[in-house]
Amino acid sequence: MWQRVFALVIKEFLAILKDRRERIIIIVPPLFQLFLFSYAATFDLNHVPLAIYNQDNGTIAQRLISDFIGSKHFERVAMRRNSHGLKKLIDDQKALIILSIGPDFSSNLRRGENARVQIILDGRNSNTAMIALGYARQIIERFNRRWAEKHGEPPPVKLVTRAWFNPNLESHWFIVPGIIGLLLLVVVTMVTALSVAREREQGTFDQLLVTPLRPLEILIGKSMPGLIIGLLESSALIFLATWWFGVPLRGSLLSLYTGILLFSLSAIGIGLMISSMATTLQQALLGAFMFLVPSVILSGFATPISNMPIVVQYLTYLNPLRYFMVVVRGVFLEAAPFPALIGQFWPMALIGLTTLTAAGWLFRHRLN
Amino acid sequence: MNSRGGSQMRLRGLLYKEFKQILRDPSSLAIAFVMPVVLLLIFGYGVSLDAKHVPVGMVADSPGVASASLFSAFEHSRYFSPRRLPNMREAQAELMTRRIDAIVHLQSNFSAQMESDNTAPIQLIVNGVDANQARLIKGYVGATINNWLEQRAERRGIPISTPVMLEARVWFNPEVRSREYLVPGLIAVIMTLIGALLTALVMAREWERGTLEALMVTPVTLREILLGKLIPYFILGMCSMLFSLVMGIFLFAVPLRGNLFLLLFVSALFLLASLGMGLLISILARNQFVASLIAILVTFLPAFMLSGFLFDISSMPGWLQALTHIVAARYFVNVLHTLFLAGDVWAVILPNTLALALMALLFLGMARLRIHKRLE
Amino acid sequence: MNKQTALHVGNLEKHFRAGRRLIKALDKVNLDAQCGCITGLIGPDGAGKTTLMRLVAGLLRPDAGQIQVLGVDAVLDPLAIQSKIGYMPQRFGLYEDLTVAENLALYADLQGLPPAERPARYAELLHLTALERFTKRLAGHLSGGMKQKLGLACTLVRPPKLLLLDEPTVGVDPLSRQELWQIIKGLVAEEGMSVLLSTTYLNEAERCAQVVLLYQGQVLGQGTPQEFSQRFQGRVWYAEQPGVLRRRLQDGLIRREEVLDAVLEGEGVRALLADKASPPNLKGILWSPMEPRFEDAFVAILAQQRRPTHTSIERAPVTFKKETVIVASNVSRRFGDFWAVRHISFAVKKGEIFGLLGANGAGKSTTFRMLCGLLPPSEGQLAVNGVDLRKAPAKARARIGYMAQRFSLYGHLGVMDNLRFFARTYGLKGMRYKQRLDWALDEFDLRTAADAIADDQPLGYKQRLAMACALMHEPAILFLDEPTSGVDPLERRAFWSRINALAEEGVTIMVTTHFMQEAEYCDRLAIMAQGRILAIDTPAAIRARAATPDNPRPKMEDAFITLIQKMERAA
Repeated sequence: MWQRVFALVIKEFLAILKDRRERIIIIVPPLFQLFLFSYAATFDLNHVPLAIYNQDNGTIAQRLISDFIGSKHFERVAMRRNSHGLKKLIDDQKALIILSIGPDFSSNLRRGENARVQIILDGRNSNTAMIALGYARQIIERFNRRWAEKHGEPPPVKLVTRAWFNPNLESHWFIVPGIIGLLLLVVVTMVTALSVAREREQGTFDQLLVTPLRPLEILIGKSMPGLIIGLLESSALIFLATWWFGVPLRGSLLSLYTGILLFSLSAIGIGLMISSMATTLQQALLGAFMFLVPSVILSGFATPISNMPIVVQYLTYLNPLRYFMVVVRGVFLEAAPFPALIGQFWPMALIGLTTLTAAGWLFRHRLN
Repeated sequence: MNSRGGSQMRLRGLLYKEFKQILRDPSSLAIAFVMPVVLLLIFGYGVSLDAKHVPVGMVADSPGVASASLFSAFEHSRYFSPRRLPNMREAQAELMTRRIDAIVHLQSNFSAQMESDNTAPIQLIVNGVDANQARLIKGYVGATINNWLEQRAERRGIPISTPVMLEARVWFNPEVRSREYLVPGLIAVIMTLIGALLTALVMAREWERGTLEALMVTPVTLREILLGKLIPYFILGMCSMLFSLVMGIFLFAVPLRGNLFLLLFVSALFLLASLGMGLLISILARNQFVASLIAILVTFLPAFMLSGFLFDISSMPGWLQALTHIVAARYFVNVLHTLFLAGDVWAVILPNTLALALMALLFLGMARLRIHKRLE
Repeated sequence: MNKQTALHVGNLEKHFRAGRRLIKALDKVNLDAQCGCITGLIGPDGAGKTTLMRLVAGLLRPDAGQIQVLGVDAVLDPLAIQSKIGYMPQRFGLYEDLTVAENLALYADLQGLPPAERPARYAELLHLTALERFTKRLAGHLSGGMKQKLGLACTLVRPPKLLLLDEPTVGVDPLSRQELWQIIKGLVAEEGMSVLLSTTYLNEAERCAQVVLLYQGQVLGQGTPQEFSQRFQGRVWYAEQPGVLRRRLQDGLIRREEVLDAVLEGEGVRALLADKASPPNLKGILWSPMEPRFEDAFVAILAQQRRPTHTSIERAPVTFKKETVIVASNVSRRFGDFWAVRHISFAVKKGEIFGLLGANGAGKSTTFRMLCGLLPPSEGQLAVNGVDLRKAPAKARARIGYMAQRFSLYGHLGVMDNLRFFARTYGLKGMRYKQRLDWALDEFDLRTAADAIADDQPLGYKQRLAMACALMHEPAILFLDEPTSGVDPLERRAFWSRINALAEEGVTIMVTTHFMQEAEYCDRLAIMAQGRILAIDTPAAIRARAATPDNPRPKMEDAFITLIQKMERAA
């Protein structure tokens, strides 16, 4: 049996490496996506265009303004003394945020009273608006603390924040390990989804089915390239993540590779299922595409699963990427120990087993 | 032979054929109408950056009046679903296993400090793995504490000791619902799929099946072949656009503040640019498989990642920002956000519309230049 | 007859690039086609027929040489030509999701046929092609022959001056083929149309006024079919030897120096002798002279370039044992509401060559796929070696060899990669693995390109490679699905001689074909049409059924046509 499987695996690799289309699928999208995602998919804002509407002549207002301007997050694009044209600044997207200081700001503060400032945000992208507001809030809190300390009026409470695992709250640390999961899913699903469909299209699958190869052997032979390519590619990505993007790898490689192995198996199972249902390469490609888009979105890759409606949350339990996201981020950032991840491992193993069995059955029983 | 009447007759024949084919092929109708529904549902319901009911652990080392009052403020907030936990050890264990996302920790001297004039520290521990979520939680916690302080001061009749009070107003989307910017942006992604992916596929299919070879030897001109593809898929794309629009407005309650006709006009321009790209891809690839791969790589992914639909363009590195200028979806997403949420802001709409018109011209022109009546 | 030239091609060259290799598709081709007659372009697959057609239609640009179509230069003004010619590509671009009427209307629009003239023209074309009853049917649901006729009707919507037909008769059943030829001949006779037609069927050459013989991008000869065959007058003989199996007779003859070619025909063997040779005086053989055919000319010309390879029969013939190895009883297969195979039954004995003969879409491949366990039957029972291969253990599959329709090995892998892969999957090891690989390379003459990529090889080579892979493990039963379509006649002869040798060794062989002559090579055959078996018998018995006083010695084609007509009358 192993001789036959071995022959099949060699053939699969030759097929992938000798076909230009296949090589492109394996090499181009991962590189393209790694860099695109790593740089594009960030929720950290820099140089937010800031307009200042200052009706106050005092120096205190100047101090607050210089706090804003000095922040790396903001970049002053306009400084106004009157309200004329302020609305247009936002409308025309010249400014994303307006800091508005009233005429009695400095005098209020000097008298020991509260002073109000107003922040106006362009809510067309509400997420960006909320992030920018967060930065503004931080600056004002810092200003308040300094003011209170100087004037002997300590604030009643002080919020001391500690962020575990990612003290500086860097988006990269969150996104880059996620990309490893994403790319692993894309590459492994594609490689396997196209393999059987390509043989069907070229008519070689019939030739394969009349040989003494058993469905199990075909299954193993068709799975190996995806598995090996997945392992190689994820190793390269792990290396790039730590070396190029500086993400800390704190946990054990054993847990990480256990996760990669189980996750690859479930992706292979799904890929083979798509493949055995499709008659042409193009159908397989579209099928893979229709599977990949929702599973990336519903994985917690960019947006937390807990924000989704309950029904959708239940749906995500079917998605292997959901579990792998927890594993890869857990190992990278939280140093999650092996036992803590077992709750993620077994669902992936179950999905892999179910889909592989279904694919093996479909090889022979698919009706044209 | 190539008189005006002949040309009209040929074009009419091609159009009639194309419409018949669209109506008889369930897969193109599926891409045009089922895919938008699926995507809108997934995005409308699945993607939300608005944290609600964040599970937070609340630990007070020595419970007192002040701590109880603060905790009940958290319990009344719609952002949190807090759980009181007896001690830090347990809370940390909960945080490790991701059953809670943050811990609000009041140390043993909290109530005493609150009574005196000293500053009482509140410790917040968040799981920083999802940096964005962590930052949002931090913001919500800060805001909840400030509210609590204000109410407390009001009750006691003492002025609040926060020197500068921040009052924030979010224009265009005061309730900060992320759906309101995701749904309009999604229309750009959907139209990219129809304009580029579907068109690339149907044209490449004609190459593959040999039907184009038979067409080429008739007196039909290239202009007629291109128009014969362009017009039906333009109409299909606009129908699907209207369909998504209706879903967005009525199902997801996204406001449309700008002019509907302006929106349709700009959509038409974007659709032309996408169709141009789709035709160009299929002329160059001539093979359904390669065409669909290229279409996904150069149209769908950029529309997704580099258009400002999900990720803000201004926070990308400079070289990537420069790259986004060749992505047609970028201009369209910007117009969509403005027209839906802000209204007819000409200073935004004009330059973007102009860019879209240029791109439409460019891609359609290139498609016309690259198509030959020869098989090489 | 009008002797103007409709088409002049001079010193035409066309190259294609395949990877790093430069392929000469056409090499200094010269030909002229006259107005008002049929010019046949004849040659096996890969000869350059389609390339030539496309060049004439202005779809390709030549690398060198001139093309004049109806006095217009095809390179400079393709549009002017395209409004004067009609071109039917090999797989005619029918829109399969449009109906017959819609396809016609589309081409009427494209060809600019004035609406007033349409009803009359449609009626004429539909009558001509006998498609009147099917105007509302989707083109995709027509049979192969009807599709070709519709394609022809579409090209004829506005009668062209020159009609280019690229392999219009390939894979079409003999009756439809005859009808297509009648239509084309009618067009030439009544409308004075000029026709350039390409085909791989050598026996169609005789229906053309002019023949151009194309082989590997070169013109091997041009003239009337008679000019070709007349040169062989007196060299073609019919040999009979009562009491001796004709296959043995053929084998004995082909190995003689003075015999260039020997094929089975009727009850005996048709032999082509070398120049100036006389029939060898062998004991018991009765010789009678025969009329030479175009095919003889082609084989003789090719044989000058390379001697056909023959596998000789090594062992004494095994008398047919009564053991039955393949059984199909009352098998049907349905796809949706379409019955691809309806209630067929047959049994094949050990060592028999059993043929399935029929047009494309007759149900041959579906039957094959069911036998090999690739497709479950909707009804009925199948057994190969006593088991249903679909449910049988892998060991049962190790005893069969399968060669699918069209080349279906791993084309972008190397020749050796393919051989090694199949040897390994069939479990060959150690010495036997080495021996069988060597055997395959030698026996099938594969050494010339063992290190190359399979897809880059000519069709004949690929066909040999596919057969080598199917025989690697010495199967007891061999399934061959249209193994010879598109292959040149020499390769075809070599192929059949191998099959004969295998059968003599006791291998059971099941083969499908749409070449009527090949039916003669089978011990028994089943004629299929529209999913049904019309007749099962020995070739001689089937031929005998069609005998009439007018046609006492009918050919297999005549027998086939009679059977189909009978079926259509019954329906």
